[in-house]
Amino acid sequence: MSTLLTRVRQKQIGQMIDAGKRLDGRTLTDYREFTIEEGLIERAEGSARIRLGKTDVLVGVKIETGEPFPDTPNDGVLTVNAELVPLASASFEPGPPDENSIELARIVDRGIRESKAVSSDKLVIESGKKVFVVFVDVYVLNHDGNLIDASALAAVAALTNAKMPNYEIEDGEVKTKTGYSPLPMKSHPITVTIAKINDKLVVDPQIEEEQVLDARISMAVNDEGNICAIQKGCAGSFTPQQIIEASKIAQEKAAEIRKKLDW
Amino acid sequence: MSEKPEKLIDKKGIRLDGRKADELRPLKIEVGVLPNADGSAYIEHGKNKILVGVFGPREMHPKHLSQSDRMVIRCRYHMAPFSVQERKSPAPSRREVELSKVIRESLEPSVFVDLYPRSGIDVFIEVLQADGGTRCASITAASLAIADAGIPLRDLVVACAAGKIDDTVVLDLYDAEDKLGVADVPVAYMPNLNAVTLLQMDGVLTPKEFENAMNMAIDGCKKIYPIQKEALRAKYMAAREELKEEVEE
Repeated sequence: MSTLLTRVRQKQIGQMIDAGKRLDGRTLTDYREFTIEEGLIERAEGSARIRLGKTDVLVGVKIETGEPFPDTPNDGVLTVNAELVPLASASFEPGPPDENSIELARIVDRGIRESKAVSSDKLVIESGKKVFVVFVDVYVLNHDGNLIDASALAAVAALTNAKMPNYEIEDGEVKTKTGYSPLPMKSHPITVTIAKINDKLVVDPQIEEEQVLDARISMAVNDEGNICAIQKGCAGSFTPQQIIEASKIAQEKAAEIRKKLDW
Repeated sequence: MSEKPEKLIDKKGIRLDGRKADELRPLKIEVGVLPNADGSAYIEHGKNKILVGVFGPREMHPKHLSQSDRMVIRCRYHMAPFSVQERKSPAPSRREVELSKVIRESLEPSVFVDLYPRSGIDVFIEVLQADGGTRCASITAASLAIADAGIPLRDLVVACAAGKIDDTVVLDLYDAEDKLGVADVPVAYMPNLNAVTLLQMDGVLTPKEFENAMNMAIDGCKKIYPIQKEALRAKYMAAREELKEEVEE
């Protein structure tokens, strides 16, 4: 996902990071300022838009009824999909999801699923036959780096303000009634991404930093401060010591974000 | 899953398949098994049976994907329809697309890609039978197949998972433990460079448990590494024997 970056610029980023500084004046462990706007899409059951630096991601949640998976008759269904919309970056092209958008969707999915953020047992209408299906659609509107954290945060925010239609069963048919109840949530996972640049760990990489990074690691932290999902990405490596250090940073940053959002 | 056993690990620390907590499944690795591929390897890791073929370095198709200063690595992880309990559609699933990506990224740090500008290699991974931990076994075999193709490497990449079942952190989860367990942490590692090239996790672990699991997985990698190297050596020993016989004739 690269837009071109001159060698001079690449070198500059590396040298600054060696000196503990960054292009936008942050320290290596500073997270960018972000704002989350909730419920802006009235047609969707839940929605949230995050602006993390200039990264802009909109998440819409649609809730429909459908069949459960045969192996989990007593759980609702949650699916996450991500679209790298072409208007968000010169490097995004129209077409079916590529591996970058599939990876993004699966990282967001894993954070929500493994932390059991949504109480899926409360989404059952009739065991084995009818359940609520929750579609989480991540829509990237502007790419300025760290789509993973932005998407994960916006997805949880959108689920938090999502409303479930009330229903009643009439002659074996599910009829929706007027009114809504909130989507049952158990946890609010927060995903923190850390890049390795020049052998240094850098929190929340912006877009130019993403183009010089050797590797990145994303960790989802649940309400208890435990880690519930990890994904290392890009063609570089970490030492085991760096991973432990990254996990400590991720927990600190997640706690910071949690406090700010009051989750 | 039909019924969940009450315990995945008993009081004596013995798992459902009879292993101890830090015990690997039996491994069998062979190098140079596909005549048409430039490099190949076959691995049996427990009931996993995985075949890897490498083609290249060769000209990239389509050409615009080639890079002027380096070789491009492409990787396809694919599961055979008959490899799992319920037939899997042969079309690539989202899981397979993601795994292809993370496997490729786990192998890339080991390859001297700048030695082969404008060219590419294709790594084709076919899971013939799956029993949990296929991505790790795939990486162990794929690294060997790349070495078998004669491509210079910084180190072999070897992979192994650790995880948590019931309350215990254990090595190398098999299918049932993966599905019913608490967490799974696959790790790929280059032992000579002390570099982790793949790390994923799903499930909930405390920071301490995570550290234990990662270290246990790395220890598992270190145990597989000599078996992996021996498989590569065995192929060349066999070739040498053949050559000797020819000379004697």
